[in-house]
Amino acid sequence: MDTPVVVSGLKKSFGATRALDGLNLEVRRGEVHGFLGPNGSGKSTTIRILLGLLRADGGTASLLDGDPWRDVTRLHRRLAYVPGDVVLWPGLTGGETIDLLGRLRGGLNASRRADLVERFQLDTTKRARAYSKGNRQKVALIAALASDVELLILDEPTAGLDPLMEAAFRECITEERGNGRTVLLSSHILTEVEALSDRVTIIREGRSVESGSLGELRHLMRVSLSAEIKGSPAGLQDMPGVHGARVEGSRLSCEVDPEHLNAVLQRLTTVGVTGLVCQPPTLEQLFLRHYREGESSGTRAAGRSPSGSEG
Amino acid sequence: MDSLTGTAALVRLALRRDRILLPACVAAFVIMVTFSASATVALYPTVESRIQAAASINSMTSLVALYGRIYDETSLGAVAMIKMGGLGAAMVAVLALFTIVRHTRSEEETGRLELLGAGVVGRRAPLTAALVVAVGTSLMLGALTAAALIAIELPVAGSIAFGLSWASIGVAFAAVASVTAQLTRSARTASGIAVATLGVVYVLRAIGDTSLGVAAWLTWLSPIGWGQQLRPFAGERWWVLALPLIFTAAVIALGYALAARRDLGAGLLPDRPGPAAAGARLASPLGLAWRLQRGVLLAWSAAFALLGAVFGGIAANVGDIFTSPESRAMIEALGGKAGIIDAFISAELGFLGIFAAAYGVQASLRLHSEEEALRAEPVLAAAVTRLRWAGSHIGIAVAGTAWLLVLSGLTAGAALAVQSNDAANVSRVLTGAVVQLPAACVITGVVVILFGLVPRAASWAWAVLIACVLAGELGALLELPSFVLDLSPFAHVPRVPAAEITAAPLLGLGAVAVTLVAAGLVGFRRRDVG
Repeated sequence: MDTPVVVSGLKKSFGATRALDGLNLEVRRGEVHGFLGPNGSGKSTTIRILLGLLRADGGTASLLDGDPWRDVTRLHRRLAYVPGDVVLWPGLTGGETIDLLGRLRGGLNASRRADLVERFQLDTTKRARAYSKGNRQKVALIAALASDVELLILDEPTAGLDPLMEAAFRECITEERGNGRTVLLSSHILTEVEALSDRVTIIREGRSVESGSLGELRHLMRVSLSAEIKGSPAGLQDMPGVHGARVEGSRLSCEVDPEHLNAVLQRLTTVGVTGLVCQPPTLEQLFLRHYREGESSGTRAAGRSPSGSEG
Repeated sequence: MDSLTGTAALVRLALRRDRILLPACVAAFVIMVTFSASATVALYPTVESRIQAAASINSMTSLVALYGRIYDETSLGAVAMIKMGGLGAAMVAVLALFTIVRHTRSEEETGRLELLGAGVVGRRAPLTAALVVAVGTSLMLGALTAAALIAIELPVAGSIAFGLSWASIGVAFAAVASVTAQLTRSARTASGIAVATLGVVYVLRAIGDTSLGVAAWLTWLSPIGWGQQLRPFAGERWWVLALPLIFTAAVIALGYALAARRDLGAGLLPDRPGPAAAGARLASPLGLAWRLQRGVLLAWSAAFALLGAVFGGIAANVGDIFTSPESRAMIEALGGKAGIIDAFISAELGFLGIFAAAYGVQASLRLHSEEEALRAEPVLAAAVTRLRWAGSHIGIAVAGTAWLLVLSGLTAGAALAVQSNDAANVSRVLTGAVVQLPAACVITGVVVILFGLVPRAASWAWAVLIACVLAGELGALLELPSFVLDLSPFAHVPRVPAAEITAAPLLGLGAVAVTLVAAGLVGFRRRDVG
């Protein structure tokens, strides 16, 4: 019961296209889990299997200790879902749609609904056909967040929201975590996942390539370091764990493997430091590294670039 | 002109999207007209036989109302084309108006036009491209139809006039749709208004043609009437073509003027604010399905109530038309005046059964369109089983079909009862209407099984319905083997009140309908959604 979502070795093909190819995903109770991947990497397919809309070809998926394909209504009463592409009934107003979706799920919290409408500044009397993409997104978000459910499944929920509304969304998710709800947050927006998630699963081409807390993942990553130094950093480039060192005048920048950071800093202090900026990797770098490695391996496999050297 | 930049590219896009749909529709029309004409040619080989057939059609008010009048009873072409000139022309109009809405308001409603509009596309280009496609299709259809009629050796002038009458009606309704597409944000409403306009002008023509000269001018207010007053195969009056030309030019100009006055995505009829919270009934899949379908059902209800009253009213007078000694003898053989009325009303109720089946197809296809538009997803992601969601739309389709049959049976029976001073007619006619229900439900079953097993082919249910109608209308003319005719569910409906009601065929049809629906639902439960 401590892992609302357990997916292992999930496979799904659409005709000749392989959408999922052995995907693993584990979401723990009470966490915000970032589900990160480029467009078309299989995030929505995974979610739609978890919702029982698609049937997996192989592997297992368990949702709230049930079978997502068989236990549809029992499970769906305990979760709320915001699709990536929110399509509403053009003749229904936003307010009617929120109420309808909530009731189909088993009820809405009226005061939370009112509060959320206020916070997202939604005009609930407009017909859905008059709404912009961002407003349609708000309708789905309010309907999901105002439900008393254990699990929120959000598929790229902020696409179309303006920065103010995005901030309101982050605030809401932080509150939800405080209330003990579990959130599966699919996104390709790195800053959003970084700001909200406790743990992250990164997927690419239907396969999970990395999974863990942000701390654990950072551990795998090089630290970016830039320093103003007094003398010459002779030999620093050749130290173990130092990559891509560049010197421009008195400015040194390089990337350092975390386990060698101590030695590098000691060397720097012997040279003399007047300024130092040391940053953990952003999710962006983490993501780009996976992406680039995949690209270069793909290129090698295709035999287009025998050297295989990229950046 | 800058405002037309990009028209050619949009025309190519439209032709690419419709590369199967439009040629298939055009081919279906040409095949239909060819079969219908050649079958009639074989049926009435002599002038005498034609005069007899034409005279009996012209003497039946209801048939004149439905098809129009035969203006030269000796002309083979005029007799052969009577059904195609009225009902066929209306179907051409439907093709043209849906083509326009599909490439203008639908594109705008889905936001695809915005994507194109941001490219190098002039303000007037989208409407112009849609008109080029719809007008081009109408002209092509007219030309091929004329060629087909010439090929089966009907007179050349009449064939060309007939082709032109179809083309002119197609073009006229392309123009009408170019206006209705500007009015509202919703493509469904835009097509609905255009179809309603078609219904009104069809009724105008029907009243004009059957008014025996009292209100003949009503026919001249109708593009359908113009097409018939061109009088193909009956002393062609080419000057009549000026009327659809002037009408089309004026209406298209109005369409462009309206388009220039509104914003992209907006309509001329404003959106009113609606309720900020849902009513108590909008709380279940059935509540949602009812909300989505009630407007359509209301429109069908109005049409069925009117149609029933017209049929009932006409039926009361059928017996008076036959005054010659021969036809009296025929009437006696059929069981007297009452027998003629019953035979007539049974045939009309058969039509209502087909129309009710068309409603069933439209209503149950909502399943498919909701899924295609991804609107099924949020419902199925809530605590709603697939059966409950699908069942709600199927339930409305079946209940709606039953309601329409009861309603039209009541208005037809009441109209007949008032004129014949016999209240018993209400229940007899009502029974005749209700027995159509199982056959209509079989067609709904076809929709459900296609939706469940091959969702991409769901709309082919329309083709199944049309094939059943053609088998019933033309099967005897074409001398098709009886097992082919028996494939149509409508062939098994007891002709009440002319014939006795028999339970076996009704139960059989009901069982087929239930089996189809059940198989479709089983398939839907097992397949992927979306």
